[in-house]
Amino acid sequence: MTTSAIRRGARRMAAVLAMAPLVASADWDKLNLTRGVTPYSEEVYQLHMLILWVCVITGIGVFGAIFYSILKFRKSKGAVAAQWHENTLVEFLWTAVPAVILVVMAIPATKALVMMEDVAHSDMTIKVTGYQWRWRYDYINEGVFLYSGLARTSDVARQLNSGIDPKTVDNYLLEVDRELVLPVGRKIRFLTTASDVIHAWWVPALGWKRDAIPGYINESWALIKEPGVYRGQCAELCGKDHGFMPIVVRALPEAEYKAWLEKTKAEQAPKTADSASAPGVSVATAQ
Amino acid sequence: MSEAAAHHDAHHEHHATGMMRWLTTTNHKDIGTMYLIFSLIMFFIGGSMAMIIRLELFQPGLQFVNPQFFNSMTTMHALVMIFGAVMPAWTGFANWLVPLMIGAPDMALPRLNNWSFWILPFAFSLLLGTLFMPGGAPAGGWTMYPPLVLQTGEAFPFLIFAVHFMGASSIAGAINIIATVFNMRAPGMTLMKLPLFVWTWIITAFLLIASIPVLAGAVTMLLTDKFFGTSFFSAAGGGDPVMFQHIFWFFGHPEVYILILPAFGIASAIIPTFARKPLFGYSSMVYAAAAIAFLSFIVWAHHMFTVGMPLAGELFFMYATVLIAVPTGVKVFNWVATMWQGSMTFETPMLFAIAFVVLFTIGGFSGLMLGVTPVDFQYHDTYFVVAHFHYVLVTGAIYSLIAGTYFWLPKMTGHMYDEKLGKLHFWLSTISVNVLFFPQHFLGLAGMPRRIPDYAVQFADWNMVSSIGGFVFGASQLLFVIGIVKCIRGGEKATAQVWEGAHGLEWTLPSPAPYHTFSEPPPAASIEGGMR
Ligand SMILES: [Cu+2]
Repeated sequence: MTTSAIRRGARRMAAVLAMAPLVASADWDKLNLTRGVTPYSEEVYQLHMLILWVCVITGIGVFGAIFYSILKFRKSKGAVAAQWHENTLVEFLWTAVPAVILVVMAIPATKALVMMEDVAHSDMTIKVTGYQWRWRYDYINEGVFLYSGLARTSDVARQLNSGIDPKTVDNYLLEVDRELVLPVGRKIRFLTTASDVIHAWWVPALGWKRDAIPGYINESWALIKEPGVYRGQCAELCGKDHGFMPIVVRALPEAEYKAWLEKTKAEQAPKTADSASAPGVSVATAQ
Repeated sequence: MSEAAAHHDAHHEHHATGMMRWLTTTNHKDIGTMYLIFSLIMFFIGGSMAMIIRLELFQPGLQFVNPQFFNSMTTMHALVMIFGAVMPAWTGFANWLVPLMIGAPDMALPRLNNWSFWILPFAFSLLLGTLFMPGGAPAGGWTMYPPLVLQTGEAFPFLIFAVHFMGASSIAGAINIIATVFNMRAPGMTLMKLPLFVWTWIITAFLLIASIPVLAGAVTMLLTDKFFGTSFFSAAGGGDPVMFQHIFWFFGHPEVYILILPAFGIASAIIPTFARKPLFGYSSMVYAAAAIAFLSFIVWAHHMFTVGMPLAGELFFMYATVLIAVPTGVKVFNWVATMWQGSMTFETPMLFAIAFVVLFTIGGFSGLMLGVTPVDFQYHDTYFVVAHFHYVLVTGAIYSLIAGTYFWLPKMTGHMYDEKLGKLHFWLSTISVNVLFFPQHFLGLAGMPRRIPDYAVQFADWNMVSSIGGFVFGASQLLFVIGIVKCIRGGEKATAQVWEGAHGLEWTLPSPAPYHTFSEPPPAASIEGGMR
């Protein structure tokens, strides 16, 4: 059961389901939630699949009964209408059974939520600040920070009638000028806030999004299991360029991360003295 | 009673003609008609905005509009559809039908009724006028979250006062319906004999009275934050931007049920008629609607799971939210049981009603998924949410409005609509609406945020499919208008009962229903249970 085999199967399925030839190219990754690369994103994926199947099975039952009725109980086929309109047992059952299913579903949901909200014992902290329209990342206790905005290539191509085909731009709208570099295997605590309006920091591979709100500092965490590049976007409407503030996380093995951090520290050493005058450091953090 | 009847006849002779008739009318049928026409116009205005949105999203890159205008379109589309199309349409149906269904001569407060309608053109002139203002129309989303909404240009006060006017109109309409149902039912029309459309509307009216003033308060605080130096929602001044979201959604969640509860009432009228079988579980339908209404006040924070609430808060709102699936499920099961062992025919209203049950249920499923907090951290503010609420509002609320239009149009006009045209309208709409909204589930799961004018190329295929569905769906609605106009102008004469399986007081009246009806209350013997 290799992933390519699954993909081939999914592609075939998509081709069967496709209502137009152009969707035949869609593969399964594009249709379902990502499994992500953190323990939490895996939990979320499992939970998503569980509820999805509960819905699909319920749907088959309900829609099956409707279509059976449509086919069977038609006046044109001589069906005569019964006149019953109550049945206490049936009504009790279809109130109680869904309630029980919901309680059963609530157990893993509660577990996942408790897991998400447990930010204790983190190994490092990144402060994420949203601006109209870019992100600032502060490596707390490391004296390192960086701004991250839409890459120039995408920015040129996204202008009204730019004449540039987005398909020719690498990672169109999902590329930044400076990536957020993170280590794998460490429990990273994220503090999210904003300096102007509300934004939301979302990388699907991490399994969550969290609002970045002026005056608030929200806590969340992620433990990235695999090195790689993970892309996301601002998810809360934040003005005209809301669609143009991507997020790119580059997760590196510990040693490479350390090397990157040292190099960046050295680069920023003379600058850190006047970083207090950089925009955003005076962000109101009343809460 | 004969005195009242005589008074009514005298009044009849004196009613104004031409434009003055419509400006000064206090007749529930005239006012209902105006509401319905107004809402149809707004449906097309809001719909054209949706067409602009789908046109820009047809392919990646910006081809037609700039991002600011795109944001105005999503904002105005929502405001126009919610406050201009769906809510007035429900009030229009209530005006036409509540007095007929309960055997009353008119609404209890006819002059207020006239005003609650005539506020609306002013409200929407204010709102739509902002499209031509410097800085453009509001673009901060219909949810008006601060601080972003405070960046709105000259349109800002117009937005706030438009919302105030819409709210005043809705509250007046709601008071009128409650006063009418509680005071003007024909003798023998007990509460548990009321047709479900009347029941769901009373519950809706209470939701309106409880929630709209909260919205009014929230937008007034925005106004004073912008112009009078307060800082209710400004962190820099000691305020709290998240508090706005709590207040807004305390209104906003009941609002969702304001939009959908009357739809439950319409489905509960149409399905038994064409299944020729009494509605299954009448009293459980009433209790389920009441339970949904109650729960709607304690689930608001599920719209804002990602703001960072304490764990206990997140758990409470998750449990309360998924609990709504129980009474909603009861309703769906009841409709299915009503069809079971019936003797069904499939005229246009029934087709739309069955599609309503199926597609609304799909919206209910995605709603259940969204209610589960940890997974909502992924779904929130993506196209998955867009797909969800359009299944609930378009194939839910709008579908039942269309079903209701075809169902009662013969009673209103005295003519049958064109059945072939109606069926064509149904099939085109139902295929295209699923091509339009179903792929948006995939887009959301794949990571496409909502409210963006342009997107990464991996979202291109499904956006194109969705846009094609959108254009066909939009065009199909022209058939609806053609069908209505044809039906008003002529067509096969409708009988009093119109439908073979129709029960209820409105079907005892001639078609078209005379200008004044039930000046004398109907005989108690003609009142059946609400399950018919
Ligand atoms: Cu943003």
